[in-house]
Amino acid sequence: MIDAAATPLQLSAPSLGALLFQFLNSFGFIILATVGLAIIFGMMGVINLAHGEFILIGVYGTALTYHAGIPLPLAMVAGVVVTTIFGVIVERTVVRHLYDRLLDSMVATWGLALVISQLLLIVFGSSLDSISTPMGSVSYGPFSSSIYRSIFLPIVAVAVLGGLYVLFTRTEFGVKARATIKDPETARAMGVDTDRMYVSTFAIGSALAGLTGALYAPALGSITPNRGSTFLVEAFVAVVVGGPSVIVGTLSASAVLSVFNATGSFFFGTFIGQMLLLLVAIVALRLLPDGITGYVKDWQQRRRAEQ
Amino acid sequence: MRSDRVSRRSVLAAAGTGLGMSVAGCSGSGGGGDSGGPTVGILEDRSGNFQLNGTSKWQATRLAIEEINENGGLLGEQIEIVDPDPQSDNSRYQELTEKLILQDQVDALWAGYSSATREAIRPIINENEQLYFYTTQYEGGVCDNTIFPVGSTARQQLGIVTPYLADEFGDDIYIIAADYNFGQLSGDWVNVLAQENGYNIVGEEYIPLSETDFSSVINRIQEEDPDFIMSMLVGANHENFYDQRATNGMEDIPIGTSTTLAQGHEHIRYDPPALTNVYAGVSYMEELGDMREGGTFVEDFYDRWPDASYLNQEAQNNYFSVYLWAEAVEEAGTFDQQEVIDVLEQGRDISAPSGELTLDGATHHMEHEMRVARADENHEISFDGQRRIEPTFLREEVEGGAGCDLTTEDKTTQYVPSDVYDV
Repeated sequence: MIDAAATPLQLSAPSLGALLFQFLNSFGFIILATVGLAIIFGMMGVINLAHGEFILIGVYGTALTYHAGIPLPLAMVAGVVVTTIFGVIVERTVVRHLYDRLLDSMVATWGLALVISQLLLIVFGSSLDSISTPMGSVSYGPFSSSIYRSIFLPIVAVAVLGGLYVLFTRTEFGVKARATIKDPETARAMGVDTDRMYVSTFAIGSALAGLTGALYAPALGSITPNRGSTFLVEAFVAVVVGGPSVIVGTLSASAVLSVFNATGSFFFGTFIGQMLLLLVAIVALRLLPDGITGYVKDWQQRRRAEQ
Repeated sequence: MRSDRVSRRSVLAAAGTGLGMSVAGCSGSGGGGDSGGPTVGILEDRSGNFQLNGTSKWQATRLAIEEINENGGLLGEQIEIVDPDPQSDNSRYQELTEKLILQDQVDALWAGYSSATREAIRPIINENEQLYFYTTQYEGGVCDNTIFPVGSTARQQLGIVTPYLADEFGDDIYIIAADYNFGQLSGDWVNVLAQENGYNIVGEEYIPLSETDFSSVINRIQEEDPDFIMSMLVGANHENFYDQRATNGMEDIPIGTSTTLAQGHEHIRYDPPALTNVYAGVSYMEELGDMREGGTFVEDFYDRWPDASYLNQEAQNNYFSVYLWAEAVEEAGTFDQQEVIDVLEQGRDISAPSGELTLDGATHHMEHEMRVARADENHEISFDGQRRIEPTFLREEVEGGAGCDLTTEDKTTQYVPSDVYDV
């Protein structure tokens, strides 16, 4: 019965436009789903299995504020603030005991994920009213694409990565944060308050998760306590494929994965699109066990050694 | 050494306490079966992926049983309820079904939202010959000794809404459906209806339940430009399709469905115009009220559950099927499951909030009053084209036209459209 595959789109100028917009849609989604997780994992070595639920707190914060009558952009700010505060509380109470304890941090954050989604269910019921996607659509030939999903969100996603790059390479805070992660002893000896750096970095990761939640609150359809999982698969796949370098890794993995996802859904249907994304992840892991950025680093080192 | 021993002992003590607690838990919930009184099992999802639909099914089942108990119970006894939350998890369903049958010895069971869940517990039901009411609207075709699938079937739901839309808008249909047994078989039913009536299927796509992004689906529909879409999308993830349809300004392409509106009440949870021109084939929706003379089903439901979000089609099936069972118990004069089934198999009329319905004894399915519900641009619901549809697929079409007759033969099968039709 699986033979009833979707009719492939015919190649034409408008349909190539559709392919481009699908790519941008997927690209923006994967970057935003990944970036908070990548910061916390890449900088701190903590695998946050509650990442999807952190995003969900951003969604709930935004939706509840919006339904209380606040304009959407302000509601989004509220969503980010709520998630950041929540992240700081979690860091102070749970996560700070788990640095350099990879497996323990996974179990603890997984438990946290269960607690968060059940609490949301108990407190706010089975679903919140959803928010319509703003900005309408752009039409070309017989097709149309959502401006918010396919243009606005990808731009925001790239801007977020750019901002993070500046923050972590060009500011005093960024240098201190990286020093803390690399060698906490020496950093402390140099007068860096490492404890504060850990909280700040975790708070940034949480804020990014909150931002993703806030941005996707009006693009998620139904808002229910188990929607956190929507983001988790893409986020983990992208972190693993991207490798150790947070920003370049997220960017390159998102680009590669969304090219395959978009062409798969475009030519063969959403099912094949999803399968292709996972297949690429498996192949990438087999060929590049350290991810894309790990491979690039290796290659650079080998070249330097040859010279 | 010393501290080692202490910690071992404390671990042992902790384990002992835990064991004690779990034993106490068992005897507490198992009280129903042991005390010998009548017990009813309810397994409906109050958390997880299907809680949105399952919660009101659970609420309506409880309401019906509590009403019966307030009116003096059944055969002079109060009915006990065992209702743990299966959390939308099929393996948990299997464990709980076994527990409810073997330990609590329930006299009747209401369980499950999705068809995948029903198929997961059906072997356990069969093995123990448990009287089981499955109340969700579903793809149809289950012909099983002790199972009463009282929800409307795909042939009843799609059978009312597809021809209605074809008459109104034209013959070119695009099918989108969830990629699992229910969605695939519902898609087959639309194909059957197309063959019977000469409609064209211009496109067909089955979408994984986890998918939330429909931009490529929307582009494909735009290219084919159908007269209407038949949508059998399922679950919270898929609802995003309706919002994306509105974002892309496609409300002028009508959608026929068997799954939207009447279950997930999307017309309430989404801002207009997302659900504009969605037409659902339904047996019941809250907006229909109570068709019985002086009936107060909706009011009673919200009196009992003031925080309920919606009274859905499935909940009404749970409600009337509890009364169907209770009437059969009264007539049989016993809770013995086989004797109750024998009474049910004689066929029965029942006054339900959705109208005067009839249970077809031979097939265990209902003759439903079907309607086409339409959401307008303000998400107001109107009903049209009411028609009584009988369970003809099982009664007249399968087995080369002989049909399935559970009064004369033992069966635990599910027939699918391809048994009869070339799809």
